[in-house]
Amino acid sequence: MANLAEIESKAAAPPVIDTPERRQWPRWLITLLSVACLLIFWEIFGRDVNPVFGSYPSAIAVAFWELLRSGQLGKALFESLQPFFAGYILAIVIGVPLGLVIGRFRVAEAALGIYVTAGYAMPLVALVPLLILWLGLGFKVKVAVVFLMALFPICINTWLGVVAVPKTLIEVGKSFVAPDMVILRRIVLPATLPYIMAGVRLAVGRAVVAMVIAEFFTTISGLGALIINSANNFDTAAMFVPIIILMVMAIGLNSLIGFVERKVAPWQAEIAGRERE
Amino acid sequence: MGEVTFLDVSKRFTIRVDGEQHAVQALDHVSFTVADGEVVALIGPSGCGKTTALRVAMGLDPSSSGRVMVDGREVHGCGHDRGMVFQHAELLPWLSARQNVMFGLEMKGMRGAELRATAEKYLELVGLTESQNRRPHQLSGGMKQRVGIARALAIDPSVLLMDEPFGALDAQTRESLQAELLDIHARTKKTILFVTHDLDEAVLIADRIVVMKQGRVHDIMTVPIERPRDLEAVRGTAEFADTRYKVWKAIHDGAVVH
Repeated sequence: MANLAEIESKAAAPPVIDTPERRQWPRWLITLLSVACLLIFWEIFGRDVNPVFGSYPSAIAVAFWELLRSGQLGKALFESLQPFFAGYILAIVIGVPLGLVIGRFRVAEAALGIYVTAGYAMPLVALVPLLILWLGLGFKVKVAVVFLMALFPICINTWLGVVAVPKTLIEVGKSFVAPDMVILRRIVLPATLPYIMAGVRLAVGRAVVAMVIAEFFTTISGLGALIINSANNFDTAAMFVPIIILMVMAIGLNSLIGFVERKVAPWQAEIAGRERE
Repeated sequence: MGEVTFLDVSKRFTIRVDGEQHAVQALDHVSFTVADGEVVALIGPSGCGKTTALRVAMGLDPSSSGRVMVDGREVHGCGHDRGMVFQHAELLPWLSARQNVMFGLEMKGMRGAELRATAEKYLELVGLTESQNRRPHQLSGGMKQRVGIARALAIDPSVLLMDEPFGALDAQTRESLQAELLDIHARTKKTILFVTHDLDEAVLIADRIVVMKQGRVHDIMTVPIERPRDLEAVRGTAEFADTRYKVWKAIHDGAVVH
């Protein structure tokens, strides 16, 4: 029987990760080509448009350089990032535990789930005047707007993730007499991580939008102010600079989150298939 | 110590099928005893209640009436006096084999150097010393179930409960694990109650076989094969063939052959 066990353990040696693949274009190259095509088309056709109604990459690049040299861009970015990260991180710190508790405990789900679902669809722009009355026009209200926009996707995704945790894994905890909080922390939380990370990614986009909304409707400041001021001066090229910076920032944050995800949940990347055409 | 007694245990639940409520009598006045150090197999057609009986004994499901006693104490929920081996091992995918075994031990309150040493001792018992740092997806089905067995044994329960532990494995792996389970039983003298749908497995491993049908204990048979058992030799004996036939008969047509 010992030789049987030996055969089995040999058969089970995990396959070496790198099986020889057919030659493929690297992903970054495909992305780069896609962006290059877009920029070229925009450059060619953008030049035909009246510069008040549209712009094109080289004009935007010039505007970018000027804004950067004058120090306006750096100052605006610095102003924007503070409420952005404060609100976004606060949303993670509160949204994840809230989602875990709502997903795990029936009473919490019945009592709080309805507010989270409703909150996700809340027309936040309409509430900004009210938030201003409560929190003033400064830093606090901006943090609140970003927080409220980012909180719900994080919370809902965490909640859905908890609901999707296999019952048998919970039973493993129960069968070893793990207390509820230990099951939550050591089984439910790690099993839910891929969902949490997906929520954290979705929230990046919403937080960026929230930040601009806050800068438009409270004290005009940061990148939002750059957008408004450029638009008021009919300087469309300069208006595109902060918009593009925000989009690039969202892409960067997304990659960063993906990197963090592979660090904190390496088993997930190893299990989940990336076999795609 | 490690005696399990089912005293008149019934379990009813309702399921909804296409909007209609159906009452299911999963266990119907089930009574039997597993003696200390004994190996008992629960067998029967699917839906006969064998897994429900095991889950009630583990404390994962409450009974509707009746009691399960372990060493004279009534079962209320899970306890460290019982170790559960799940059908598909159910290892935590983010933990290594050793950490999975340590998880059960930590829940029992073990800490420090003893924790790791105990986990390693039980991984050695199931022959996985070299693979202890692998995560579950880097282990074969057989190796996963070995970790599952080590995890349950490590907390030193008085009873080992196993839910079709080898049902999902290929024939070769299953045979090697059956031999190992017999070996583990010979060394630890644990009481083992296991659910199976495999006639050979029931006869090869168990001292007694409880045949269940429609939630009732249909028959209890003693396996007249001496321990220690050499599985290859046992398969060729008349006792094996005879007992296997009796159990098969009991499951299939209800007529009990004695």
